[in-house]
Amino acid sequence: MPAATLQAPANTIPAMPPRKLYGLGAELPSAAALFHAAESMRDAGFKRWDVFSPFPIHGMDEAMGLGKSIVSFIVLGGGLTGMATALLLEIGSAVYLYPLIVQGKPVTWATIPAFFPVIFELTILFSAFGAVFGMLAMNLLPRWHHPIFNWDRFARVTDDGFFVVVEASDPRFNDKDTVAFLSGLGATNITMVYDD
Amino acid sequence: MASAAIHPADHAPAVPPPAEINPEAAAQLADLRTPLVANDHSLHWITENICSISEGKTPFWWWAAFIPCATLAAICFSCFGYLIFTGVGVWGENTPVAWAWDITNFVFWIGIGHAGTLISAILFLTRQRWRTAVNRAAEAMTLFAVVCAGLYPGLHVGRVWMAWFLAPVPNQYAIWPNFRSPLLWDVFAVSTYFTVSVLFWFTGLIPDLATLRDRARARGQKISAMAYGFFALGWRGGNRQWRHYEMAYLLLAALSTPLVLSVHTIVSFDFATSVVPGWHTTIFPPYFVAGAIFGGFAMVLTLMLPMRLIYPQLKDMITPRHIDVMAKIILMTGSIVGYAYIMEFFVAWYSGNMYEGYAFLRSRAAGPVTDLLHWAAPNKFPLLPHAPYWWAYYAMMSCNVITPQIFWFRWCRRNLIVVFIGCMFVNAGMWFERFVIIVTSIARDFLPSSWGMFHPTWVDIMTFIGTFGLFLSLFLLFIRFLPTIAIAEVKGVTPMADPHSGHGTAFGYAAGAQPEPTHLLQPEEGGPAHTANSPGAAAAGLRERSVTETK
Repeated sequence: MPAATLQAPANTIPAMPPRKLYGLGAELPSAAALFHAAESMRDAGFKRWDVFSPFPIHGMDEAMGLGKSIVSFIVLGGGLTGMATALLLEIGSAVYLYPLIVQGKPVTWATIPAFFPVIFELTILFSAFGAVFGMLAMNLLPRWHHPIFNWDRFARVTDDGFFVVVEASDPRFNDKDTVAFLSGLGATNITMVYDD
Repeated sequence: MASAAIHPADHAPAVPPPAEINPEAAAQLADLRTPLVANDHSLHWITENICSISEGKTPFWWWAAFIPCATLAAICFSCFGYLIFTGVGVWGENTPVAWAWDITNFVFWIGIGHAGTLISAILFLTRQRWRTAVNRAAEAMTLFAVVCAGLYPGLHVGRVWMAWFLAPVPNQYAIWPNFRSPLLWDVFAVSTYFTVSVLFWFTGLIPDLATLRDRARARGQKISAMAYGFFALGWRGGNRQWRHYEMAYLLLAALSTPLVLSVHTIVSFDFATSVVPGWHTTIFPPYFVAGAIFGGFAMVLTLMLPMRLIYPQLKDMITPRHIDVMAKIILMTGSIVGYAYIMEFFVAWYSGNMYEGYAFLRSRAAGPVTDLLHWAAPNKFPLLPHAPYWWAYYAMMSCNVITPQIFWFRWCRRNLIVVFIGCMFVNAGMWFERFVIIVTSIARDFLPSSWGMFHPTWVDIMTFIGTFGLFLSLFLLFIRFLPTIAIAEVKGVTPMADPHSGHGTAFGYAAGAQPEPTHLLQPEEGGPAHTANSPGAAAAGLRERSVTETK
């Protein structure tokens, strides 16, 4: 590559460093078309690809060959943490550290029903943290910059655009064949998307 | 999942001859079949119309509404400042009425929040797809109502700098708070409710903030694009993101459902676990929850009807069907509340407890009779004490039990002015309910020697009015800067969103629908009839439309 640069005539623009290809983007006309495109992509054996839409499309996980999201397990973990926290906080302080005798009522373990509301609330609270932060972690968000944003047309994904993007790192990726495959799915505006 | 192409002829409808159709049934059928987004708009139309509200120039009416509201909010905070500097005595609380307007207003505001969570969580789980048009604004309303509610107990502690005693940490004498007290449960319930509501609301906002981000960038508005982009967290709308997102949203809904039921349950424990006649009632938890939803929906409609008037483009998304359904919820929850009032009254008599009986039968219900006797024959009834708060009980009864019954009639549910006035009565009635429960119970407890009266001071009054200013200011800011309708969700209930838009669908009104005869369909508010749903064309027509409209 440096050799090629040196040989360039002095009066032309110096050659740009090679742009790193992120992947191929293609647009589909509707949710139904995107759904069928996803099924074909899945059957063709692509691995690093995704479909983009303004709203979640019912049944798309299956069409893409994706399993169930593991966010539910993160939520379960959050819930158990919350429950344990509340139990520890309440029994630890109100039974062991500083049993507070109010109106002559008992302060033993037998009073555990009085601890249920707080146990319940903290279980919910930590589960909700698990749901939101777990979702963000699984989605690798926040990530304010992404190569796909370099594609101008892609801005319509939050409006009424439906897109398929195959990453260049996909083992089955090959410029020409993939373009032919995508246009065979009825995709339009097939575009090379670069990393920079 | 292979979607077999179904020929339109497979769905060839058996159109009943018009003569057989009962007009009333036809109207009901047309109602059920009314699309959630009226007039067959495209996806882009939805984006454009919702975003135009936050993107356009600030309209004059907004300032005309915001300035008075913000002034009231400032008055509210000034009253708080005055209270903090002077002491909690600037309120009208006394002994025996130690809980008065502050706790009344706390319960009033926190109850209003419940409708937002009901719409966002319970109606999501039960697949009530009409909720998509109203859930965002209702959730915002929840947050702002909880903000208003949270101020009161925080200030009612008197020495505000000691409010950290509420936190589950030992104080300077190493004494821990009493975890067996409903008041501490309440701290956990309300703070969890607020936090989870914020998370739920924000999660729903992420895709819509991305929409605003992309539109701001396309128009070259750098600051808006950065602000919206920051909170959109880099959302891209890929299905690999949506699937985690949908799971998180579903679970948040599943978590919020018991949460919202627990919050007012625990608020009611503040009263129910005491021994004060009028508070010591096992019926309180369900009664409070139903009342909260009842009052909350009235507040949702109070905000939604003017919003719909100001922004006519929302009329095809918040349709008369939505208002109709919400009026029915008000009717249902209002009837539950009415039942609870009557049951509470019955138990006061049936239990044979004289204090309970006095609180309900003599102090509340028979109040006007006592007053009449005293007026007719002054000083003749020394053993029949004057009942000073019966008017509040009657205000509560008429606003909450009688008003919602008008919604049995379709005409009332469809007449927006009637709905609005009905909701105003409910709003007032629900405030009176809390006033009746809190103030009238402790003003007339066991011993006549410990009876007292509560009179609100100007600080009480201005603080309460001020919280309305705060609530409305926050809501106006929300309308101005954020999408008032959940854009992605509304798109999800359009026919175009269905990947199998040739046959029966899981989405929206088209679910398992027999293609309906065209003549049954009535245009929504003068809009065009839904000819695309006409017999025979229904199956193929939907798919064709989805192709052409999303170009």
